[in-house]
Amino acid sequence: MSTPATAAPRATSSHAVAAGHGSKRGFVTGSILSILLTVIPFWLVMSGSLHSQQATALVIFISAMMQIIVHVVCFLHVDAQSEGGWILLAFIFTAIIVGITIVGSIWVMYHLDSNMMPMSVEAMNQMQ
Amino acid sequence: MSNPVLNAAEVRVYHQAEVEHGGGGATMLGFWIYLMSDALIFASLFAVFGVLSRNYAGGPGPKQVFDLSLVALNTAFLLGSSITFGLGMQAMEADRAGRTRFWLAITGLLGAAFVGVELHEFSNLVAIGATPQRSAFLSIFFTLVGTHGLHVTFGLIWIVTMLVQLGQRGLTEANRRRLMCLSMFWHFLDIIWIGVFTFVYLFGVIR
Repeated sequence: MSTPATAAPRATSSHAVAAGHGSKRGFVTGSILSILLTVIPFWLVMSGSLHSQQATALVIFISAMMQIIVHVVCFLHVDAQSEGGWILLAFIFTAIIVGITIVGSIWVMYHLDSNMMPMSVEAMNQMQ
Repeated sequence: MSNPVLNAAEVRVYHQAEVEHGGGGATMLGFWIYLMSDALIFASLFAVFGVLSRNYAGGPGPKQVFDLSLVALNTAFLLGSSITFGLGMQAMEADRAGRTRFWLAITGLLGAAFVGVELHEFSNLVAIGATPQRSAFLSIFFTLVGTHGLHVTFGLIWIVTMLVQLGQRGLTEANRRRLMCLSMFWHFLDIIWIGVFTFVYLFGVIR
């Protein structure tokens, strides 16, 4: 008699759990990848082993983007199935708004800045 | 005459279970939408940081104020706490309440270490005169990193609350749902921190 009693809460909770939890292997993969993607950018910047500043910036930017995707997939378990796709849809919508907010603000403010701030001598010479 | 009364009591219990179950399903999506709106708060702070990050007003720049070894330590604490929370959630799915509490407590300690190191960093900055009032760069630095730190602090309060609730009631349906929301919140804060250590600290130092 105790078996159905213990099985019943598992069965009801598995409905909610299924939305948020992936496999054990996905979690281990995610942990290893996120440790690697954290160590690489810190090591690059602190040791200065890539002598080009642009190359370093590119590598740490790509590491950050990859690590965000790893966390979203392996730790937050966002996929097309959870909550009938609404989790993924809300995430994509937010990612687009975040992109517009950050890229748009920097783009607009950079141009305002370069048009309205006091000019350097070189910029003045180019105008004439 | 006694039978209808007995049936009515049974029906009432049945309805309560149904309501809680339905609410649990919607909670996950609702909490996810809250997290997405929180992501928009951080997006606007990151945007302001992007605009103001070079406005030093003659004050200290990132190279003078950032200690990367301290940031690396902090990052290790927060990433480690994300992994220990994942282990705690696996213990929850295996129905092991003691193990869940153990990993949750470790997560809380790592989170507290993170907040401690961050407060230490802030007090160092204030001691050398790099206060939020000094320049636009320092204003947005303190606002962005401080907002994240405040989120972690509230996460710590939530972790302590869950430790008490798990101790009193064990792995009930409601506690599982709360732990899953807390897990999403905690992993989300780690994702925000990826943005902070990359765009604020690492980009600041190589500039």
